Amino acid sequence: MKGYRKYFGKKLFWFGITFIAALLLNFTLPRLMPGDPVSMIVSKQAQGLTEASAVKAIYDNYAKEFGTSKPMIEQFFTYVGNLFKGDMGTSFSQYPRKVADIIGSAVGWTLGLQLPAIITGWLLGNILGALAAYVRKGFDKVLMPMTLFFSSVPAFGMAVTLLVIFSITLKVTPVAGGYGYDMIPNFSWNFINSVLQHYQLPFWSIVIISIGGQAIGMRSMSIYELNADYVKYARFLGIKDRKIVGYVFRNAMLPQVTGLALSLGTMVGGALVAEIIFSYPGLGTTMYQGIKMMDYPLISGTTLIITVMVLVATFVLDIVYGFIDPRVKAAQFE
Amino acid sequence: MKNTIRQVFHSPKFVVGFCIFMAILLTMLVYPFINPGDPLKMIGLGTFAEPGTYVSMYDSVGAPFSTFKIPDADVKRLDKLLTQDDRAKMREWLELAQVDVSELDVGDMDSLLAMWKQHYDPEIRIPGMIKAVRNYYIRLNNSILSASVSDTLKVTDTDEATGETIEKTKISKTDYVNVDDVANVISLPLGTDNFGRDTLKQLVAACGVSISIGLIAGAVATALGLLLGLLAGYLGGWVDDFIMFFTNIFTVIPSFVLLILINYSINQDQRGAGTVALVIGLTSWVWTTRSVRSQVISLRNRDHVNLSRLSGHSLPRIILTDILPYIASYVMMAFILQVSSGILAEAQLSLLGLGPKTTEVPTLGLMMNWAMLYSAHLNGSWWAYFPVILVIALISFSLNLMNTGLDQVFNPTLRE
Repeated sequence: MKGYRKYFGKKLFWFGITFIAALLLNFTLPRLMPGDPVSMIVSKQAQGLTEASAVKAIYDNYAKEFGTSKPMIEQFFTYVGNLFKGDMGTSFSQYPRKVADIIGSAVGWTLGLQLPAIITGWLLGNILGALAAYVRKGFDKVLMPMTLFFSSVPAFGMAVTLLVIFSITLKVTPVAGGYGYDMIPNFSWNFINSVLQHYQLPFWSIVIISIGGQAIGMRSMSIYELNADYVKYARFLGIKDRKIVGYVFRNAMLPQVTGLALSLGTMVGGALVAEIIFSYPGLGTTMYQGIKMMDYPLISGTTLIITVMVLVATFVLDIVYGFIDPRVKAAQFE
Repeated sequence: MKNTIRQVFHSPKFVVGFCIFMAILLTMLVYPFINPGDPLKMIGLGTFAEPGTYVSMYDSVGAPFSTFKIPDADVKRLDKLLTQDDRAKMREWLELAQVDVSELDVGDMDSLLAMWKQHYDPEIRIPGMIKAVRNYYIRLNNSILSASVSDTLKVTDTDEATGETIEKTKISKTDYVNVDDVANVISLPLGTDNFGRDTLKQLVAACGVSISIGLIAGAVATALGLLLGLLAGYLGGWVDDFIMFFTNIFTVIPSFVLLILINYSINQDQRGAGTVALVIGLTSWVWTTRSVRSQVISLRNRDHVNLSRLSGHSLPRIILTDILPYIASYVMMAFILQVSSGILAEAQLSLLGLGPKTTEVPTLGLMMNWAMLYSAHLNGSWWAYFPVILVIALISFSLNLMNTGLDQVFNPTLRE
């Protein structure tokens, strides 16, 4: 364990740096644009308002919230300070709810949907890819183009297609939302059942999409490993095929863990857009509402939370990788 | 070079992908000649007209006609008139009016109609039936009667001077107009969208715009990634550290989030397709940089590069002649993938409402966005969104297929 300290320390350092960079970007990007960000937001917000005093009131409110009169550095520290107090400002579209509140109620849904879906998709994809590499021949020829096609369908496209087939035509699953319209979240059997029913389509649309890319990566990796010298040597030694396959897939898995860490951002982005199609009460739908209503604090809050979630997931994957990759382990105990 | 190209075209995967992509490009080039005009012109007044051929009713009245006596014309007419739902309702009425319907099969038009005509009487009041339902039956009965009884339809016009009604022409049930004789026939293979625009024409135009967005984004990302990767890999030292610092950060921060933040900050009226493409390109160079760098590092100390350096060749020359040819195939593959992800990124942004300005050009994402905003998926207008999804999937499938094919050609361990 002691040997890992340096590895974890390095990872934690990068996590910290990236986190600060994410904060900076979230803070500066909207402010870097030409013109006064406050007046831009106000002009969007105040469309249709004729009374000058109302527009002025909105402007003052924002100017205070952003603190645009102060220098940039000071603004940034106020922003970070507020963040650590859990204050992300007040939502306009759902006034007077706090952005932190809205996000808090959405995060659970997104985590509960995406985490299991991405893990399932990753596992299934790897199994399929490994099988395709091992069996080759027909399996490989028929299944691979199919997986490639399915992974080419955008997540929202898969979501719409599943929705139309299962909810609208066959009427076996509910059309929208995370639970029945007539329910209040509680821990009754009825509610859990409704949640599970609403869960099916978003879950499977993410799983089907993510299988493809993983399967193709795993197939390439496995073929590469199967042709490696150590496999041939093991065969000469007369080690059972089953055992060799075990070694091979363990080695092929490692780059797949890194691959997952690297493609996480793209997968999460796609899945968030797919949420909108199902009006699933997660972060994707929240962000969409924010964009539609021009609710700047809400958008800024959701993008920050999504970034932090991806950062944390990547960090966790890095840690897991450290434990399962023998090379890292060896390096730590030298 | 020639040999490489020949080798690439021997890969079945690459060839299939290439053919699909070329077919899409060809359709994009040829279709505007077959069906010219502005793809964003609103031709229909309603929303979501179904796919099919539309014949002007006005023009077909005056058009020369021929007489055909077709035996099952009446049956067909009624078939079209009465939906399955109507038939079930008719049976329901008969049941409520205490007629014995146990023998009746709703699918059998003749017996249903015979029984209906025999028993239906608008005067009969069925207890418990609300007025709206009663009126529905009266209307239904009227249309059944008109379809089966009157043999001709009169077309009349009002004389503007006197206000009299003049009979223009009589249309009999046996009159048929040749579609070629009708002046105005529009063919809408994919119907119209929510604004009444020709979906197919729009789709073809959108396809072109989306592919160019992908190409621009891919070119920008690849050029930037290549440049940074070459610098970092070849020069090493602090340049490498500096570039990799940013690369590491942007690998983890999802580009999706950056795209949202940047695009939200640009006002909608300044957000053309070109701007969106540029922004997508500027946020997706990370992958190319990382891989080009690692390839260049492994090339940097090869003998031929060292020899070149000893001969005093300049840096650009070494890079152009000794390094680039080795990574060219890889860069090509990265470019193909980036085109495909650029198209996808545009579609996702547009779905969120952060895509290009809506009034100028159609893009695949914008078409999808409008279809979703007008709930095409909930009201059964499949033609407004399904072709779009299919086209996105096909484009990215063909590009991925080409990429896999190239991978197999340049990566001998993957060959079958």
